[in-house]
Amino acid sequence: VKLQKATRYGLYAVLELARDPARQLSAADIAEIYDISANHLAKVLRDLGRAGLVDAVRGAGGGYRFSGNAKRTTLLDVIGLFEEISDDRAAGRSGARDREPATAIGESLDLVLAEIDDIARATFGSITLDTMLKNMRRRGERARRLREGQTAAE
Amino acid sequence: MADADRTATATAAAADRGAALNVRVRDARAGDVAAVAALDAANTGLAKPDYWAGVFERFGGAAGRFFLIAEGRTDGAPGGAPQFMGFIVGEVRSWEFGAPPGGWVLTLGVEPAQRVRGIGTLLFDVLCERLKGAGVSTVHTLLDRADTLNMAFFRAQGLMAGSVIELERPLD
Repeated sequence: VKLQKATRYGLYAVLELARDPARQLSAADIAEIYDISANHLAKVLRDLGRAGLVDAVRGAGGGYRFSGNAKRTTLLDVIGLFEEISDDRAAGRSGARDREPATAIGESLDLVLAEIDDIARATFGSITLDTMLKNMRRRGERARRLREGQTAAE
Repeated sequence: MADADRTATATAAAADRGAALNVRVRDARAGDVAAVAALDAANTGLAKPDYWAGVFERFGGAAGRFFLIAEGRTDGAPGGAPQFMGFIVGEVRSWEFGAPPGGWVLTLGVEPAQRVRGIGTLLFDVLCERLKGAGVSTVHTLLDRADTLNMAFFRAQGLMAGSVIELERPLD
């Protein structure tokens, strides 16, 4: 699965802000962390604001703050703001993904691609922002324990 | 191990969390089967008392198999019998589908009124400790991908897609 640039920027921004909901960051701050275009990110942040996931704080020292519910917002909710991972069973032949020609081979290929889409939707739909942040902390903790174990062994 | 009441050997963290929730995790007893079956029937819309009696026979105290119950008092009152709050069933499986020994969570249920309190996580953590004690270092489960509630729960416990993929076909 390759996500579009705006989608990836949206995920970076919302996760970075959700790490600490009290913290305010400007588009330029986030763009610098991820080495991405601040202009493009500013547009993405406006979309996130319209979706109620971030709040724009005006004035000097302003920026954006996470305003969503990290335990209830899934990666699919964020991705869905910028692109569609096709749900063929629901969308039928008018689904977002380009359909293969209506031939036996085309239909078989469609089934395989629909399977991949289903798995992608289930994966993105089952991971909340809170789970992402928790898993990040867990990985950091595991890496720290490993490092400590290595140091103790030396 | 027939009807012995082995207090769960949870980690200090899990034990502290259980104490904070006023919830205890222990091995299932024969008398718990009705409550487990009723919770499962409410969750799935399908009553399967014989199945649950069989699960207790197979998992109640067998080596490498775990049938755990969460119980506690919701009102904080010291008296009275503790209330059934949820259950989890798991086991160590070796070499099925070529997979090396690992722990498996077969099923988990929490009473609807007790959800979002951390009881499912406590049951999962205690089961993981039991599995570790049985000598395995990974935990697995199998879920319907449309089961978003349980899928989100296990994701929140840090589970990711493993290397095994389930395939199926109608038998025509």
